[in-house]
Amino acid sequence: MVSSSRRKWLAWGGYAAVLIAAPLVFRSSLAVNMLSQMGFLIVICLSYNLLLGQGGMLSFGHAVYTGLGGYAAVAAISYVDAHGIAVPLVLMPLAGGLMGALIAVPLGYVSTRKAGLTFAMISLGIGELVVAFAIMLPDLFGGDGGISINRTYGKPLAGISFGPQLQLYYLIAAWCFVCTALMYAFTATPLGRMLNAVRDNPERAQFVGYNTQLVRWYSFIIAGFFAGIGGALGTINFEIFNAADSLSGLRSGAYLLFTFLGGVTFFFGPIIGAVLMVLAMVLLSELTAAWLLYLGLVFVLMIMYAPGGIASLVMMNVQMARTGRLGRFAGPYGALALACALLFLGVAPLIEMVYHLQLNVGAGSTITFFGMPLDAATAGPWVGSAVVALLGALAVHRAGRRFALAWGRAQEEIQAELQRAGAAA
Amino acid sequence: MEFFSISLLNGLSYGLMLFMLSSGLTLIFSMMGVLNFAHASFYMLGAYFAYALSTSIGYWPALFIAPLAAGLLGALFEQVCLRRVHRFGNVPELLITFGLSYLVLEVVQLVWGRNVVPYGLPEQLQGPLFTLYGTQFPKSRAFIMLVAVLMLGGIWLVLTRTRIGLIIQAALTHPDTVQALGHNVPRVFMLVFGGGAALAALAGVVAGNTYVTEPAMAYAVGSIIFVVVVVGGMGSLAGAFLASLLIGVVQTFAVAIDTSLADLLRVIGVQVASGNPLEQALRLTVSQIAPMLPYLFMVLILIFRPRGLMGTRED
Repeated sequence: MVSSSRRKWLAWGGYAAVLIAAPLVFRSSLAVNMLSQMGFLIVICLSYNLLLGQGGMLSFGHAVYTGLGGYAAVAAISYVDAHGIAVPLVLMPLAGGLMGALIAVPLGYVSTRKAGLTFAMISLGIGELVVAFAIMLPDLFGGDGGISINRTYGKPLAGISFGPQLQLYYLIAAWCFVCTALMYAFTATPLGRMLNAVRDNPERAQFVGYNTQLVRWYSFIIAGFFAGIGGALGTINFEIFNAADSLSGLRSGAYLLFTFLGGVTFFFGPIIGAVLMVLAMVLLSELTAAWLLYLGLVFVLMIMYAPGGIASLVMMNVQMARTGRLGRFAGPYGALALACALLFLGVAPLIEMVYHLQLNVGAGSTITFFGMPLDAATAGPWVGSAVVALLGALAVHRAGRRFALAWGRAQEEIQAELQRAGAAA
Repeated sequence: MEFFSISLLNGLSYGLMLFMLSSGLTLIFSMMGVLNFAHASFYMLGAYFAYALSTSIGYWPALFIAPLAAGLLGALFEQVCLRRVHRFGNVPELLITFGLSYLVLEVVQLVWGRNVVPYGLPEQLQGPLFTLYGTQFPKSRAFIMLVAVLMLGGIWLVLTRTRIGLIIQAALTHPDTVQALGHNVPRVFMLVFGGGAALAALAGVVAGNTYVTEPAMAYAVGSIIFVVVVVGGMGSLAGAFLASLLIGVVQTFAVAIDTSLADLLRVIGVQVASGNPLEQALRLTVSQIAPMLPYLFMVLILIFRPRGLMGTRED
C-alpha cells in the first residue's frame, strides 16, 4: 500500500514538474504557444473522457460546452474591462466553467435520458442546433468577425500582466494541473464509481437502486464545468471567440478523435491525446498538406488494431516490463518498426506526389521527400514508391503476425503465473 | 396555390431522395447495430463517380456503374475494417465509420478539388417537365422521384419476395438463429452494407446534378439523414419513409416563408422595440431558421417519443 501511494505522489509530482519545466526546456515562442494550447486541450480532452471513458457516453457535441465556456469568459472579460471592476484574469476561467455547467443542466437533462446511440444522436442534434443558433445571432455572439478581447486588462500585479505568452502559459498550466487533479479525484468519488457502474451495466445499477439517468446527468454537468474551463482558457489564449469555429461540429469531432487516439480506458490517455492534437495541428500541418489524410489513416488503423488507444499500448508494455518479459520483444519490435518504416517510405511519397500535383500546379512537378528529389511527372518515382509500398505491406503483414504470436504467448504465460499465484495463496 | 403545389412537389422529390439514403442507413443499423457515419460519404462518392464517368462514357451508363462501384467499395470496407472492429463493440464500430467519412472527404478533395464540380444534367433531363400555375417543374426532379419510387419497389420486392430478402429479414431480428440454421450471416451483412452504400450512391448520382456536387455535400446531407432515421424510428423502413417525406416537405416549405416571430407579434398588436435585446432573435424569419428545423424536430422527438414515429426499439 505504501508503495502504491508513493507511486501516486511520484506521478503527480512528475506531472507538476513537467508542466513547470516544459517552457524552460522548449523556449522558442512557437513552443510556448504550443504548450499553452496543450494545457487547455488537456483539460478539454479529460473532460470529454469523463463522458466517453468513464461514462460510456459518446458525445458529438462537446464543443457546445467548451465553446460557450469560452464565450462566457470573453463576455465576462469585456464587461469587467469596460466597467473597471477589479476581477483578475486568474479567476476568469471560472466564469467559463460555471457557464459550461449551467448550460449542461438543461441540455444534459435532455441528452442523458438515454445512453448509447440515442445519446450520441441527441448530442449531435444539440450541437448542430446551438451552432446554428449562435451564427444566427451575430449581435450576441459576434458573427463572422468574432469577439476580440484584451487579456492584459487591469493593472499588472507584481509585474504580471499576462501579456507575455510565458506568463499566460503558467496560468494555463496551473489551471490544467488543478483541473486534472480534481477530475482524477472525481473518478474516486461515489458518483464517479457509480458512473463506471452505469457505463458497464446500467440494468444492474438500476436494480441495486440507483437512478442511472441522474448519475449520467450529474456527471454530464461536471464534465460541462471542466469543458467550460478548458474553453475559457482557450479563448483567453487566443484572445478571440468565434462562434462558427468554437462551437462547430468539426471541433467536437476533433476532441472525440484525439481523446480516442490518446486512449479512453485509462485516466491519463486524453492527456496524450491533447498533446498529439497540438503536435498534429501545428507541426504536422506545417510539414505536409496531406496531414488530414495521414491522421484519418492513423485513426482508422488505431481503431482496428488498438482500440484502447496509445495509453493502452503503453500500459500493455509496462505490464510486460514488470514481469520481465519486455526484453524478448526487442527483435519483434525492431522487425515491426523496420517493416512500418518501409511501408511508410513507399506510401508517403505516393500521397505526397498526388497532393503536390493537385495543389501546387504552378510549382513544377518535383517534390523533395526527406531530401530526395522526386519528379512526379516521370514514371520512375511512382513505380519505385509503389514497389516499396507493396514490399512494406508484405513485411508489415509478416512481422505483425510474428509479433502477435509472440505477444499472445507471453500473455498466456502471465495469465498462467497469475493463476498459479492465486492458487498458492 | 401555385406556391403550395410547387413547393409540395419539390419537397416530395427532396424527401424521396432522402429516403434513398435513409433506407440503406436504417437497414444497416437494424441488421448490424452500426450507425454508419460514412453513409453520406457513399452518396458523395456516387455523385463524383458519376461526374467522372459522365464526362467519358456518358450519364446513362454512369447511372448504373457509379452505384455499383460505390457498393463494391462499401462491401470491401465492411469486409476489411468493420468486421474486424465488430468484436470491440458499438462505439469503435461507429468511430471507424466516422474515420472513413474523414478519409473519403480528404480523398474526394484530393482528386476533384475543393470547389463545386460542373456535373451537369444530360440533355434528356434538361428543361421543365410541365408547367403548373405558371411555374415550371424540372424534369430532373421528376427523375429523382421516378428513381426513388422504382428503388422503393425494388427493395420491397427483394425483401419480401426473394430468398435472400427473407434471410435478411430474419437476420434483422435473430442473427444468431439464422447463423445456426446454416446461413452465412457475415456475408449477408456484407451484402446489406454494400447494397446500402450502392443505394446511397444511386441517390448521389441523381441528386448530384440536380443540386450541387461539392465536398460539403456529404456533411450537409449526412446529418439530415441521421435526423430522418431517428425521427422515423431506428430500424423502421416505413418510419424512415414517412420521416423522409415529412422533413423534405417541411424544409422546402420553410425556406420559402419569410415570416418572423416579430411579424406574428405585430398581428396580435405587439410591437418589438428596436432596443429590445431579443430583437434579433424575434426578427429571424422562418426561412432563416429552416436549416435548424430538422435538428429541433429530432431533439423534440428524442425527448418525447424516443423510439421515433414508427420505431419499436428504445435505443
